Amino acid sequence: AGRSASTLADALVLQCLHAAPPACSDSCKQGHPSPGLCGVYCVPVTRMPHLNSMFHLSRKVTSVVPESCLLILLGLGLGGIVLAVAKKPKYQLEPNMFFLFLLPPIVLDSGYFMPSRLFFDNIGAILTYAVVGTLWNSFTTGTALWGLHQAGLMADPGVEAGLMDFLLFGSLISAVDPVAVLAVFEEVHVNETLFIIVFGESLLNDAVTVVLYKVFNSFVELGPAHIHATDYVKGVASFFLVSLGGTAVGLLFAFLLALITRFTKRVRIIEPLFVFLLAYVAYLAAEMVSLSAILAVTFCGICCKKYVEANISQKSRTTVKYTMKTLASSSETIIFMFLGMSAVDTSKWTWDTALVLGTLFFILLFRAVGVVLQTYVLNRFRLIPLDRIDQVVMSYGGLRGAVAFALVILLDKAKVKAKDYFVATTIVVVFFTVIVQGLTIKPLVTWLKVKRSDHHKPTLNEELHEHAFDHILAAVEDIVGHHGYHYWRDKWEQFDKKYLSQLLMRKSAYKLRDEIWDVYYKLNIRDAISFVDQGGHVLSAAKLALPSMPSRTSMSESSVTNLLRESGSGACLDLQVIDTVRSRRDKEDAAMHHVLRGSLYKPRRRYKASYSRHFISPDKQERQDKEIFRQNMKRRLETFKSTKHNVCSSKTKARLKEKGRKKGNHPPYTPCVAAAPVLVTVSSDEEESDSSETEREDDEGIVFIARATDEVLQGKATPGSLDVCPSPCIIPPSPTLAEKELPWKGDQADLAVYVSSETTKIVPVDMQKAWNQSISSLESIASPPGIETGAQHRRFTRPMLEKQPQSASQATPEQVSRFQFPSHISKSSRSKSDSSPEGVEQQELQPLMGTEEQGRGLPPAEHRRLVDR
Amino acid sequence: SGAKPISHSQITRLYSRFTSLDKGENGTLSREDFQRIPELAINPLGDRIINAFFSEGEDQVNFRGFMRTLAHFRPIEDNEKSKDQNGPEPLNSRSNKLHFAFRLYDLDKDDKISRDELLQVLRMMVGVNISDEQLGSIADRTIQEADQDGDCAISFAEFVKVLEKVDVEQKMSIRFLH
Repeated sequence: AGRSASTLADALVLQCLHAAPPACSDSCKQGHPSPGLCGVYCVPVTRMPHLNSMFHLSRKVTSVVPESCLLILLGLGLGGIVLAVAKKPKYQLEPNMFFLFLLPPIVLDSGYFMPSRLFFDNIGAILTYAVVGTLWNSFTTGTALWGLHQAGLMADPGVEAGLMDFLLFGSLISAVDPVAVLAVFEEVHVNETLFIIVFGESLLNDAVTVVLYKVFNSFVELGPAHIHATDYVKGVASFFLVSLGGTAVGLLFAFLLALITRFTKRVRIIEPLFVFLLAYVAYLAAEMVSLSAILAVTFCGICCKKYVEANISQKSRTTVKYTMKTLASSSETIIFMFLGMSAVDTSKWTWDTALVLGTLFFILLFRAVGVVLQTYVLNRFRLIPLDRIDQVVMSYGGLRGAVAFALVILLDKAKVKAKDYFVATTIVVVFFTVIVQGLTIKPLVTWLKVKRSDHHKPTLNEELHEHAFDHILAAVEDIVGHHGYHYWRDKWEQFDKKYLSQLLMRKSAYKLRDEIWDVYYKLNIRDAISFVDQGGHVLSAAKLALPSMPSRTSMSESSVTNLLRESGSGACLDLQVIDTVRSRRDKEDAAMHHVLRGSLYKPRRRYKASYSRHFISPDKQERQDKEIFRQNMKRRLETFKSTKHNVCSSKTKARLKEKGRKKGNHPPYTPCVAAAPVLVTVSSDEEESDSSETEREDDEGIVFIARATDEVLQGKATPGSLDVCPSPCIIPPSPTLAEKELPWKGDQADLAVYVSSETTKIVPVDMQKAWNQSISSLESIASPPGIETGAQHRRFTRPMLEKQPQSASQATPEQVSRFQFPSHISKSSRSKSDSSPEGVEQQELQPLMGTEEQGRGLPPAEHRRLVDR
Repeated sequence: SGAKPISHSQITRLYSRFTSLDKGENGTLSREDFQRIPELAINPLGDRIINAFFSEGEDQVNFRGFMRTLAHFRPIEDNEKSKDQNGPEPLNSRSNKLHFAFRLYDLDKDDKISRDELLQVLRMMVGVNISDEQLGSIADRTIQEADQDGDCAISFAEFVKVLEKVDVEQKMSIRFLH
């Protein structure tokens, strides 16, 4: 069903795109999508060859040129057009817009999807590069530029700037930009350690940049004469305050967010909203009190993820993921486009060759020197040292981006005289790093043979054994008495498990919280999805072959329950859980299940057209399909009823009943019987119930004997009665107790029979024909007095049904397949063993009636009868 | 041991740790000495790791044996990878690290991780809320994933194969033991 629904959705989407013939939508509504689909799928193939080639071309281009470069160039082009048309530059990258709206989504995305284990494994290196590296870069670049200025190499006399101005400029130009780094490095696919170091640095250096920028900015505004020694101390102190404060704000909101999502069970639809809202509030709150907002969002994202993901529903998880990615890439696109467009505005900047070239040279030089120096120190402490190649990539990957640009735009022209020069230089630096370095880094990485990341799907073994490694290392650290990284990580995990997770996770989520189990669960889900995708609509246990388990067939598990358990329990289908504990409650649940199932398919029921903002109603298409199905069923029932009213007066009914009882003596008619597996339930003791029953019929639809009661089949079945059935009977493996009691148990055979057809279309004519056939066959049967009760009919009904698909009699196979009810219906009717002729009414009266009463303890008065016999 | 000799200061440090663990002051460590380490008591694999220090049938380990076991966790030096091609394989080689982990699973020392052995480790490592059935299916699946010869057990070769993409050199090394 899921598959056809998705293809339907595809069809609709494609139809919208390509304006397929309107016939398609009709055919979709009527529930046979295949012709429409074919048409629709043909359209794009035939009509859009040029588009295809364009896609191929663009793929070639983007494989060489990073997206960010293309966007900047596109922005330049657009800016040029705007300039040419409007005669004056419009549309700037406004710092406010950038910091308030464009930057947060990107940072949140990178924080939330940060591989936290990797991040914390390398936190030492990341922090060093972020803090020491950025400080080093700012001071050296600023001082060197000042030296260049002092040496009189800057020809343009307009560059009026002192040491403080250059340091200010150095601080804003030296920070590696997360947006630019992410845009380029995501396409390069270097190994994950290298990536996390460069990227983590670019995220965390924000605090340093912001603090340095603010400190120097205030120094410049104060003027060099008014700076006291205490101001320097304040500057240093504010660095710690801003970075640690920002982190604290992030942690606080991460905690809040996790706590909130713990209680959103009833408002699933706004779960994703909370994630975005609180992360953004964290950003704003940090920004408001002048703390590092980027750090706040980063740590909010990193820390909340574990708990949020455990709390929110699967759909919310998907929503969060895709919304976040969409927002981030939209922001990124806008930023780079606007960078390009802003550069066109010549009124904002003034060129000075010495400054531009000097800055370019210095940032490259000092970045490289800084990286080498720091790596030299770091390698003394690192388990896996960073080699030369890594250092080259790290130096070269120091891309500058929109943060620098926004900061330089924010400068006050009145205070910083050389602002225009700085703007020009920043633009050049950003363009150079993004375009030139971005273009060349990929060939460089290939040329240097940098270790690439190999993305492979996690396997259970890796997860399990890596866990074991962690424990082993923690133990060895304990033994050698060295409180190293593994020791603290172990401590943290225990703390997290004991207190934090318990506080921040839903009880249900916390219970099932285990990484190994998670991987197992995910693998199983993936298997299930790919299984369905491969067209495995026959979910019979026998055919269940999971793609990621190559050796499955070779396994010695022939037992069906075993297979069922493996396929079922992994996906948490409750099969196993219920198998083990069969308490009173389960029985009640089972009874409730019957009630629900029994009352589900009422032909006259309509869905209520309701709208709720906070609850997603079932998919419209799905409801439509159901409704169509019901309508069809109803129509069929009309014809069915009219035929029945004609033929079956109460007298004929009584006769039929007897014939039905006698049925076993007339093997030649079994094929016909098989044609209509419809049972009308009759209470044999009261004649007047006939009329009421026919009325009820309208409401209830058809009562199927999908399968006879298993008890009867096994318990009472005598060889003679089974011989009645002429064709080879397939007796399914004996079901367990649970299979009898619980409707969702043991449906292997059911599925194999009933879910075998794809079409759900119902053709009333066939039904009528079959009905007439069976009626006429019944008329022709002599009616000796039958003593047998319904039990025996039930006994062979099932074998009949089983062999139906193979029987060559007229219209039988289609008949059955058209009667393909969702398996739960047939299941429920089977496990109820059709014991409740009063159907829904009875069930409503006795909602919690035990399954035994329903299943085995049939009131003797209630007899079942095959109408068509 | 074939590996680069541990620095003198390192040996001194480890020896002082060894003596501080050695409550009986007889130059050897017993299982009880190890079990006195508080953190080991809560480590799910603690007992297994303690056992790994003791060779077959012994219940005491001297400093040499202590160091020999710890040597498994030394990081692999760049220059160690290339040299010593024909010499004995150092204890901290990838294969030896893996073998150390493998032996933690393989209780009966038949060079195979059977389903039962895997289940025992899983039971120790996985939270109590996972039911036995679920654990069983995890174990089944783990074995199926790794099993190549269809004996429903994981041999050492299969163990190595299934972890071939894991950076064992890094994940089974401790910087301190450099």
